[in-house]
Amino acid sequence: MALPQVKQDALAARIAGLSLDAKGWAANARATAAERLAAQGLPVRRDEYWRYTDPSSLTKPEVSGAAPDLAPSFAALDAVKVVFTDGVFDAGASDDLAAAGIELLSQADADIHWAQGLYGQLEARGQNPVERPLATLNTAYAREGLLIRVTGKAAKPVSVIYNQKSASSDVILHYLVKLEAGAELTLLESGTPGARFNTVLEVDVASGAKFHHIRTQGPDAERRGVTHIFAHIADNALFKSFTLTAGGRLTRNEAILEITGDDSVAHVAGTVMGDGKDFLQDDTIFITHASERCESRQVYRKVLKNGATGVFQGKILVKQGAQKTDGYQMSQSLLLDEDAQFLAKPELEIYADDVKCSHGSTSGAIDETALFYLQSRGVPKRRAQALLVLAFLAGVLEEIEDEAIAAEVQARLEDWLHGLTD
Amino acid sequence: MLEIKNLHVKLEEEDKVILKGVDLKIGAGEVHAIMGPNGSGKSTLSYVLAGREGYEVTDGSATLDDEELLEMEPEERAAAGLFLAFQYPVEIPGVGNMTFLRTAVNAQRKARGEEELSAGDFLKVVREKAKTLKIDADMLKRPVNVGFSGGEKKRNEILQMAMLEPKMCILDETDSGLDVDAMKLVSEGVNALRSEGRSFLVITHYQRLLDHIKPDVVHIMANGRIIKTGGPELALEVENNGYADLLDGVQ
Repeated sequence: MALPQVKQDALAARIAGLSLDAKGWAANARATAAERLAAQGLPVRRDEYWRYTDPSSLTKPEVSGAAPDLAPSFAALDAVKVVFTDGVFDAGASDDLAAAGIELLSQADADIHWAQGLYGQLEARGQNPVERPLATLNTAYAREGLLIRVTGKAAKPVSVIYNQKSASSDVILHYLVKLEAGAELTLLESGTPGARFNTVLEVDVASGAKFHHIRTQGPDAERRGVTHIFAHIADNALFKSFTLTAGGRLTRNEAILEITGDDSVAHVAGTVMGDGKDFLQDDTIFITHASERCESRQVYRKVLKNGATGVFQGKILVKQGAQKTDGYQMSQSLLLDEDAQFLAKPELEIYADDVKCSHGSTSGAIDETALFYLQSRGVPKRRAQALLVLAFLAGVLEEIEDEAIAAEVQARLEDWLHGLTD
Repeated sequence: MLEIKNLHVKLEEEDKVILKGVDLKIGAGEVHAIMGPNGSGKSTLSYVLAGREGYEVTDGSATLDDEELLEMEPEERAAAGLFLAFQYPVEIPGVGNMTFLRTAVNAQRKARGEEELSAGDFLKVVREKAKTLKIDADMLKRPVNVGFSGGEKKRNEILQMAMLEPKMCILDETDSGLDVDAMKLVSEGVNALRSEGRSFLVITHYQRLLDHIKPDVVHIMANGRIIKTGGPELALEVENNGYADLLDGVQ
C-alpha cells in the first residue's frame, strides 16, 4: 500500500534538519530504522491509535516552549546520577559512570559492544501489529542516551535527571537496558528532557531478572513529549514501571511489553494530574502474553480539571498457548469539573482458553457525600477535596515496591496537588 | 445553646416541604430526644443543621449560642461546636482513619485560633479515647469506615465526637443497626461526654436507646412539626401505645 502523501510530507519536513549517523557502532540498526521509517511515514490524526491525541505538534519541524525551573525528584536518594542537559549527556553534572559498579555508558561514547546486536531490536519487534513511527524515528536519529548492562544486583538505582535550559530544545534519547539472568536494576527518571522530546527505552529482562522503573514528568507548563518503553520479558522475571505526570501540554507514554517466558510479572502504572484545556496526557499500552502463568497489570488514575484531557488506550493480547494468564487492566479518572474529559479504549484479545483477564474503566466526580462528611468534621472544603483527590491517586503508589522511592513520589504528588486543588 | 425558630425546609430539587415550622430550644448541658415515625422529618432536621446540600430553608432560623448556623459552611458549623453523628457513617477509601481524625481536630483548632496538636500529643489522646470505646489500633489505621461493621462505624462516630469535643451533639439514629452490647458501648461513650457545657439532641425511633442515654426532655415529631413535648415518660408512652394515639390527638 502506498504511503499517503501527508505522511511522506510530514516525514520529509521532520527529518530535514536531522542527520543519520552512518559510521557509529549502531550504523546498521539506524540505517534499517530509517528504511522502516520511510515506509511508515509519520503518524496523523486519522491513524487508529492517534484518534484521541493529535500528533502534529510531535511531528512538525519547529519546536517552542519555555524552559521550566523544576526542583529535581529523587534528590535525597542514594543513586548514580546521570544528567542530560537539553538532551546531551552532561558529564560534569553526572556521577562517574565508570565507578557505578555496573556497565553504564553514554550512548555517544559507546563503541563495538553488546549493545550493537540489541539496539533497535526490541523497538522493531514492538511495531507489530501497531506501527509506532515516532519510535522508529528515534532509533534512526537518536545520538544520545544510555547503555546499561547489569549482571548482578545493582547496588544503587540509576537516576536520570533531565535539565531543560533552552526554550526550543528538541530532544531524542535512546536507552538500552540489558538485565542478564538474575540481575536487578532500578531506573529513575525525572525532570523535563526538552521543550519537545522523544525517548525510547528498550529493556531486555532475562530469566529471573528484575527491573524497576519509576519516573516523574513535570510539573512544567509547556512540555510536549512522547516516550516509549519496549520490553522483552523472559521467564520468572519481573518488570515494573510507574509514572507520575503533572502539567505539560502533550505527554504520550507508550509501553509495549512482550512476555515470552513462563511465570513472569509485568506491571505498568501511572498517576496523572492535569489542569487546563491545553493539557493532554495519553497512556498507550500493549501487553503481549506469549507464555504460561504470567501476570500483567495496567493501573492508571487521572485527575483532570478545567478542560484537561486524559487518554488511556490499553491492550492485553493473550496468544494461543499462554494458559493461566492473569491479566488485569484498570483505568480511572476523577473529573473535577464538567469541562474535563477522559477517553478510554480498553482492548482484550485472547486466544487461549484457560486465562483470567479483567478490565474496567471509570469516570466520576468527587464523592459529595464523602466531601460533606469531611466538612461536617471541620475540614475546610478545599482541604477536603485535596484529601479525596490524594486518596484517589495514592492508591496507585502501591505499585512502587521500594518504600523510600514511594515516599519520594508521594511527596511530589502532595506538592504538585497543592497547585491543582488550591 | 441551640435555638431553632419556625424552621421551614423544602427539598431543593423538588417541591416537597419537609419541615413545616420547627421550634426547639435546648439549654446548656441538656439532653433532648426527638422521636417520631418514619418520614416525620427527623433526619432532615439533623442534615439541615449540619449544612448538607440539597435542602432549601424557606423560613426560620437556627442559632448556636446566638450565632446563625444556617448561613455557615458545614466546616464553620463544626468549628462553632456542632457535631452530627451520622445515621450512615460514610466510607472514605484511601484516607486513613487516623489522618482523618487528626486533620479534623487540627482544622477545628486552627479555625478557633488554637495551636495545632503535635503528632505525638494527638496519638496519645486518640489512643486513650479509642481504648474506652474498644477501638483497636487496626481500626485507627484502616481507611475511614471501610470494612467496618455497623457497630464499629457507630463507635467511630463517637470517637470523633470525643476527639472534637463539640458543645452541641446531634445523634441521628445512632441506635440503628446496633445489637444490645454495641448499643451499651455507644451509650457509655456518649454518657461519658455529658457535661454542663455540652448539650445533646438524640434522634431515635425507639425508646430503648433512651434507657441508656437518659433525656431531660422528649419531643415527638410528626409531619414536619414537633407535636408534643414532655419528660422521659413521653418516650415510655410511645413505647407502650405507638405513635398512632399521639397523632390522633393532634388531628
